[in-house]
Amino acid sequence: MLQTAPASSPAPHRQGGVQPMLAVSDLHSAYGQSEVLHGLDIAVAPGEIVAVMGRNGMGKTTLMKTLMGIVPVKSGSIRVDGADVGALKSHQRVARGLAYVPQGRMIFSAMTVQENIETGLTVTHERRVPQDLYTMFPVLLEMKGRRGGNLSGGQQQQLAIARALASRPKVLLLDEPTEGIQPSIIREMGRTLKKIRDDRGLSIVVSEQVLSFALDVADRVLVIENGVIVHESLRADIDEAQVARFLSV
Amino acid sequence: MFGDYSLGDLGAIFAMQGFAGLILFSVYVLMALGLAIIFGQMGVINMAHGEFMILGAYMTYLCSNFFQTQLPALFPAYFFIAMALAFLASGALGMLVEWALIRHLYKRPLDTLLATWGLSLILQQAYRSIFGAREVGVELPSWLIGSVQVTDTIEIPINGMFVMAITTLITVGVALLMYRSRFGAQVRAVVQNRAMAGAVGIDTERVDRLTFGLGCGIAGIAGSAFTMVGSTGPTSGQLYIVDTFLIVVFGGAASLLGTIASAFSISQTQSTLEFFLSGSTAKVLTLLAVVGILMLRPQGLFTLKVRR
Repeated sequence: MLQTAPASSPAPHRQGGVQPMLAVSDLHSAYGQSEVLHGLDIAVAPGEIVAVMGRNGMGKTTLMKTLMGIVPVKSGSIRVDGADVGALKSHQRVARGLAYVPQGRMIFSAMTVQENIETGLTVTHERRVPQDLYTMFPVLLEMKGRRGGNLSGGQQQQLAIARALASRPKVLLLDEPTEGIQPSIIREMGRTLKKIRDDRGLSIVVSEQVLSFALDVADRVLVIENGVIVHESLRADIDEAQVARFLSV
Repeated sequence: MFGDYSLGDLGAIFAMQGFAGLILFSVYVLMALGLAIIFGQMGVINMAHGEFMILGAYMTYLCSNFFQTQLPALFPAYFFIAMALAFLASGALGMLVEWALIRHLYKRPLDTLLATWGLSLILQQAYRSIFGAREVGVELPSWLIGSVQVTDTIEIPINGMFVMAITTLITVGVALLMYRSRFGAQVRAVVQNRAMAGAVGIDTERVDRLTFGLGCGIAGIAGSAFTMVGSTGPTSGQLYIVDTFLIVVFGGAASLLGTIASAFSISQTQSTLEFFLSGSTAKVLTLLAVVGILMLRPQGLFTLKVRR
């Protein structure tokens, strides 16, 4: 099939008239003078799972860090449930409903599993780890007294997700959750993410390089390249071969 | 050097010097705790830490004078109030300094060294202008004076025991705060990964300010204890800052237990050797031993065993 139109054929947003839970418009961000994101527009509906795909160095992690306030916004806006969070500090964004599972998991390795989850409770002022988190990740209950750094990669990933969920977010951001995790656990994680969405109705943005995982979990797939979104399609009518071409080196 | 003493004498000497060393140990532990908390938390080496301690000592001096002249009835209990005031004054000054100076320099750790050193000079001159260049002493209430006769040759000063009890209480308090409380967990999270701590919802700036205040406040209490074993002058704090750095490095930064163990070994070595040799030779030997051990164990005495 000959394709003459640019790859960024704008696909219809799923949410229709519903106000998006996460709305990013014309987002630019930069490390010092070098701009990495050149005007992104993303809208995520309540309860929607969006996968952001792209090769290394294309801006996935920068997007996540900018959404979380770790990399400053240069221009553009980030709205969570209608409220602009672009100028807020990380912890204030968490209080407004963003939660973050970073690349490499970044759990607090010298602290116990339970303490790790408790750090996520800071903005909710709850004192105890909610039981439903342990129900969702029984292995964490088993290991709650162990230091986070002594867990396996898959267990650390569950811990990082539990820590993020502890702040009762509206939007969960996951940055390459499958990196360094064995395939059987990746499938398990796909099920977990969908279960989290179904149980809690939150929106999930997951950045990914593994196409099969993205197709497994996402309702919609975006492809980011050199800091702009070059392709967008719903899970139902995705052209796998085309997305795969964006990801091949 | 031990040849001239009988075995019994030596025992008594070691016990008494050991005890004198314990008072030094108490001051060191309190100083090092504050310094280690601040260094561990924000990577700031606080060169003005000795001056925060001396602020606590001057607060104790003021308190002592005030109670002597205005409220003699409460004089026996003034030391507790003095310690609380010392903690609050040093802590408040610490938070002010963090807000006005340190927080602008977090990305430039070497500059904080210079800035806090400048601050220490400013504080020294301020003390000189306010309290005068002469060293001042503190009047102790009568129940703190005197000593307990344990055997014919060993007697233990009461104020020493008091200082140690206070130090134990504060160390246990700090340990509980750091390892059992919500605030402590936040502090440790920020220490391990500042960006991530913010991204789980911890207000890292507030944690920084409170931690800096806490570290300086503990130095204030150290100053309060210090008034019992030394006289307070504008530059007294400087004498302690180098030893305190040594203790923090030797113990392994960010390890509470390591700090205590290293304060204990350094103060005991110092105190015991001082009896047999001159003070400076004792210091040289202590330093040499520390340098030797650090060459073999650069990470300090205690480190956490965990995958990073």
